[in-house]
Amino acid sequence: MRLSAYRIAANKHRTTQILDITTQSATVKTYTFKDKECAKALPGQFLMLWIPGIDEIPLSVLDVKEDGTVFIVVKKVGEATEALHKMKAGEIVGVRGPFGNSFTLKKGNALLVGGGTGITPLLFLTKKYASKANRLVFVMGAKTRDDLLFVDDLEKICGKGNLIATTDDGSYGMKCLATTPLEVLLAKEKFDTIYTCGPERMMLQVLNLAEKHGIAFEASLERFMKCTIGLCGNCMIGKYRVCIDGPVFTSNQLKEVKAEFGFSKLDFRGRKIPL
Amino acid sequence: MNVDLAGLRLANPTMLASGVLGYTAETLENIAENGAGAVVTKSVGLKPRDGYANPTVVQASCGLINAMGLPNSGIDEFAKEIRSAKKVLQVPLIVSVYGFAEEEYATVARKAVEAGADAVELNVSCPHVKETGSEIGQNPEILAKVVMKVKTAVAKPVFVKLSPNVTDIVYIAEAAVKAGADGLTAINTVRAMAIDTETTMPILSNKRGGLSGPAVKPVAIRCVYDIYERVKVPIIGCGGITDWRDAVEFFLAGASAIQIGTAIALKRCNVFKTVARGIEPYLKKKGFESVNEIVGLSHRS
Repeated sequence: MRLSAYRIAANKHRTTQILDITTQSATVKTYTFKDKECAKALPGQFLMLWIPGIDEIPLSVLDVKEDGTVFIVVKKVGEATEALHKMKAGEIVGVRGPFGNSFTLKKGNALLVGGGTGITPLLFLTKKYASKANRLVFVMGAKTRDDLLFVDDLEKICGKGNLIATTDDGSYGMKCLATTPLEVLLAKEKFDTIYTCGPERMMLQVLNLAEKHGIAFEASLERFMKCTIGLCGNCMIGKYRVCIDGPVFTSNQLKEVKAEFGFSKLDFRGRKIPL
Repeated sequence: MNVDLAGLRLANPTMLASGVLGYTAETLENIAENGAGAVVTKSVGLKPRDGYANPTVVQASCGLINAMGLPNSGIDEFAKEIRSAKKVLQVPLIVSVYGFAEEEYATVARKAVEAGADAVELNVSCPHVKETGSEIGQNPEILAKVVMKVKTAVAKPVFVKLSPNVTDIVYIAEAAVKAGADGLTAINTVRAMAIDTETTMPILSNKRGGLSGPAVKPVAIRCVYDIYERVKVPIIGCGGITDWRDAVEFFLAGASAIQIGTAIALKRCNVFKTVARGIEPYLKKKGFESVNEIVGLSHRS
């Protein structure tokens, strides 16, 4: 038992071919590949993608198919993602995962709040649970129209009236932060759960709103990841390891780590730095 | 279950191994609350270090290979965490220290103790700057100099974590003890590597790493057994301990306490509690009153 337990199937290094690449915006592409383990991912879970010779980075799962196909979203933000953006279908990447916990589906009315590429796990959640939720409203925010991802997909799943988009520059939807329409929504309608993923400052504001209205709340967090199996301690927030205890946390957990949530994270040296 | 380690009092013989978690005071506190009898921090050096790029960990058949590259914030910054940890910890706090020269070890150790460390553990697996390529822990003369320098700099117990990547670990252990080491930790990770067959590339960004977990336990047991025959100072066993039986095996080989690291990935943080809880019934069943009574027992069998 002990030996087999160390061969944690999900953590085993394996390689796979990039099958398909789709450009979503000037800085965002989606990738598909086949991997039996990662195809078991639930909304909120993440995987580690190895770009051979460059880096290994954590990425949210966008969708999975029964035939083992996995979809991920990659925004060009640094050396690793730039290298990935240059790769072509047919090239080899490494994968480990899926890791972490997932969003929990609660009955009733759900409100989803996504910022930037943070909508990735929320879109996955929407696809999986749209038929089960009583009512589903999606609020998405980004800097510009170009940064608003998967608008068409979301409109199709949620219905046009249930998708509220905001941009910082007003190039699409409302010109405000994603949290502005939220206050209006919460004032006039009863929601049972809020799910959010995006910039942590935004998620902190969403948490405060959820608390004010007494609504269950789940947020997916991002930290620097190394081992992803709870050993290295680089992804700590308070006493929690984001790789194992998260990445999805409830309001009660986040209240325990309020000194850090929305304010600081550990850098690659394990030193607390402002977000 | 009490253990005395060169003057350090442990309520139970399980310790958090260096390099695992241990960045922040809060994490160390959490590990102590999960039952560890003492905690060892991540290795800290004189200057901040980013460590290596990912992949830093790759899974082997029966353990893990890691090459983190000693990421740390440097002793001046880390001293704050030591101070906060000391305020909340109910168990001894051991600071793992690394350096590339004798003076560096001594300075970091002194600052760690000034900040409140109850003891220091010397990580001697770094390459020596004046002698590129060879690790400090592989050369008994250099190791002795490091230990002596640290001993004159601090008044707290000094443990030396031995590298198994040597021809004769006992020879190195004796050199460390002769130079004044108050205890020895055996063993550090075993040098290892993994290559991806598809891309034909080494997986770790640093190419080479160190193997930990059940795969190295038999190696560690042999090292502890051999060292116990030749030195008088307490030995802290480390390498692949996952359950109480592993811990007992280390005591029988000659360890006075044990460290747990990789098993946290498998059994979460309460592995300390489950290991400690398993040792007690064993002692009772065998008619022993303390862990001390079984330390090195296999040498008499």
